[in-house]
Amino acid sequence: MIGLEHYLTVAATLFVIGIFGLFLNRKNVIILLMSIELMLLAVNINLVAFSSYLGDLVGQVFTLFVLTVAAAEAAIGLAILVSFFRNRGTIAVEDVNVMKG
Amino acid sequence: MVQADLNIILPEIVISVYAMAALLVAVYSAKDKLAAPLTWATAGLFVLVAVWVSGMTGEATAFNGMFINDGFARFAKVTILVSAAAVLIMSQAYMSRRGLLKFEYPILIALAAVGMMMMVSAGNLMSLYMGLELQSLALYVVASFRRESVKSTEAGMKYFVLGALSSGLLLYGASLVYGFAGTTDFAGIIDAAHHGGSIGMLIGLVLVVSGLAFKVSAVPFHMWTPDVYEGSPTPVTAFFATAPKVAAMGLFARVLHDAFGSVTADWQQVVVLLSILSMFLGAFAAIGQTDIKRLMAYSSIAHMGYALMGLASGTALGVQAMLVYMAIYVTMNVGTFAFILSMEKDGQPVTSIASLNMLSRAAPAKAIAMLVLLFSLAGVPPMVGFFGKLMVLQAALDAGLTWLAIAGVIASVIGAYYYLRIVFLMYFGQAQEDALDHRSAPVLTVMLMASAIIMVVGIANLFGVESAAMAAATTLVQ
Repeated sequence: MIGLEHYLTVAATLFVIGIFGLFLNRKNVIILLMSIELMLLAVNINLVAFSSYLGDLVGQVFTLFVLTVAAAEAAIGLAILVSFFRNRGTIAVEDVNVMKG
Repeated sequence: MVQADLNIILPEIVISVYAMAALLVAVYSAKDKLAAPLTWATAGLFVLVAVWVSGMTGEATAFNGMFINDGFARFAKVTILVSAAAVLIMSQAYMSRRGLLKFEYPILIALAAVGMMMMVSAGNLMSLYMGLELQSLALYVVASFRRESVKSTEAGMKYFVLGALSSGLLLYGASLVYGFAGTTDFAGIIDAAHHGGSIGMLIGLVLVVSGLAFKVSAVPFHMWTPDVYEGSPTPVTAFFATAPKVAAMGLFARVLHDAFGSVTADWQQVVVLLSILSMFLGAFAAIGQTDIKRLMAYSSIAHMGYALMGLASGTALGVQAMLVYMAIYVTMNVGTFAFILSMEKDGQPVTSIASLNMLSRAAPAKAIAMLVLLFSLAGVPPMVGFFGKLMVLQAALDAGLTWLAIAGVIASVIGAYYYLRIVFLMYFGQAQEDALDHRSAPVLTVMLMASAIIMVVGIANLFGVESAAMAAATTLVQ
């Protein structure tokens, strides 16, 4: 029997993979976008699992909002990425370093 | 029923409809030729809505508690709208001269303002998230507004990646809170937390707090701030340093008191830690800076530390102190950024601190106004900035956080160094060959002088902000 905790474990694992992807990835900014998407999808699994466990639809409504915003976020991220590439000629993470912070 | 709800969120609807209509009109007609009038129209609309919102009374909730219009929300909204209008007016002069003023700019700022108004009025995790994202998405775009500049696009990229990370953290926390409280409604969450919160909810709370700490750029979630401030076009930096900070602080207070007000002890230590770290990092890291925009980034980190000190006390007095502090902070920052925007050498903008050497000789009036603002930022009595600090310190002492207050005083003494260094350069620095241009746009001069005058005249009664903030705070903290 697959219960709530299984879903939560999968979601937590995906979320942590997403965070590690953001911080350990040194290659490509596209991978950062993928990691961000992975984190948001982990949240969606969490919300749907809780929603079904609680018998409460709010979680699923929340998921739809999150999906919509994630799509908008990806669009804006890619747009910024394109203009960055035009200026810099590269999208390697280690080249995002004109300013040191 | 729906009609009543719509009436409550009418100010937000007006601004969003305006933004969409302006976008359509501009796209199908004169495009960038409309940019300057649109900027002024947006600023005018902000001021009108601010007046309208400040005239409202009472407390109302719309859409089953999704949206709350109370005194607290109104205080924050007026601060947000007025500062956004001031920044828009300042941007117009600067951006048109550099061919940077596109019609999207005022529209994006208008959409960000709607997001911010939504944030401070949120009564539900869903409306919180939607408001936050509306604001953030618009801000990612304006950060990379100078499309042909490596620095600006890099700033946008960094802001986007770290902002998305913070949204992810906040959202994960929100999903846990929803799961363990069984509702996304703040009123429901506060009940669930009161009747024995679980460990899952505590983790959710901590994640939500860290997501919000990103947005207010509190240490240890501040790493985006200096780069984004330096890389973005200066008017955008001015915007980042004012309205979004108020909105994020307002949202922070809203979540902590409306949703987790029954478990103050659970979040108090976290906020105290954020506050101490921000104050000290802001004070130390700013010392070595050579770029005034980067310096202002660290200065804003330190200021957020003080505002968080007000929140950390967890009382109505603390929220009041935070609101007053934020109102004073944005006023000072509008003036300071008016000064930074007017820094030019041969028509080119400069941001190096060294270029301020002996400014007092070239432009005495500007130098004295900046001196007042810097003293106020440092919290030197008798400027208004000092009273902001005094109020948060009193709130912290009142709540028994003596050590936090002492740390705040020490950090403020350290922080005074880098503000006073600029004053020193302006008055006793080395004379240089290529001084800054004397003239500056009239709008910028007016903003700079007005802000400086407020910092001096305001000591009489703070223009009644104190009592307005008290009224606002009592509607939030029961």
